[in-house]
Amino acid sequence: MTLPGFPEAAPLAGLAGGVLIGLAAAVMLLGLGRIAGVSGLAAKAVGLGGSGIARSGAWMFVIGLPLGALIVMLASGGLEASFASPLTLAIAGLVVGIGTRLGSGCTSGHGVCGVSRLSGRSIVATLTFMATGIATVAIMNALGLEVL
Amino acid sequence: MRTALTSLVSGVLFGAGLALGGMTDPTRVRGFLDIFGDWDPTLAFVMGGAVIVMAIAWRIVPRLAEPIFAGEFHLPTKSDLTPRLIGGAALFGIGWGIAGLCPGPGIAALVIEPAAAAIFVVAMLAGMAVVRLFDGASS
Repeated sequence: MTLPGFPEAAPLAGLAGGVLIGLAAAVMLLGLGRIAGVSGLAAKAVGLGGSGIARSGAWMFVIGLPLGALIVMLASGGLEASFASPLTLAIAGLVVGIGTRLGSGCTSGHGVCGVSRLSGRSIVATLTFMATGIATVAIMNALGLEVL
Repeated sequence: MRTALTSLVSGVLFGAGLALGGMTDPTRVRGFLDIFGDWDPTLAFVMGGAVIVMAIAWRIVPRLAEPIFAGEFHLPTKSDLTPRLIGGAALFGIGWGIAGLCPGPGIAALVIEPAAAAIFVVAMLAGMAVVRLFDGASS
């Protein structure tokens, strides 16, 4: 199925993926009583603070991410993805790492878990990172900086 | 053991959802953020699907005395809007927009484009270490 006017969009795959992400976060919430925030769990796994979960649990979650992607990749016969240059990836990664720790979360912890809980902090954080993400892409496009 | 297994199931579901929803493709993510250009609304469906399921999960929480596989709930209690929260979120959005990757898809993409994803993930952990260092120095 395609969206009229948006030939590139994949609304059904997006919705299905979103439901899976929601289920993943629900398993963490109802199963262990914790927020499935990727930045906090990744920080915890490598000993940089973050989630209060046992470190082994944080590792298992983090290892599960590429495993889940691998299953979809094998089932679908390959995933489309193009990545920025090494330097661009390094700069972006550094900024994402600093920003997510200062901001106590990322797209998953704030955007999915916090917004669905109607947390004021998470709604403000989500609106903020959406706005700066949109502005960053707009400015880069205006300057003719093509990274992908 | 129950913690490890539950976390693994959550992580696998999460990674599968990211890949299925197209979030492991930076072109799609940047396309979503490109609202003034050739906008790709797919990620709105990803966010929407995830938020709907989690909104139901949050309604179940008050009916549980404790989590199914753990002793008690550990949920965020902060409610103050601080410059640190907003500044951090702003920085995160800039990084997200630059390369089209946030933490989950960056880690999940390790099986799609290992070298590229590894650079992003290592740099991200370095950024987290910087914050940890400054926090340690100021406290």
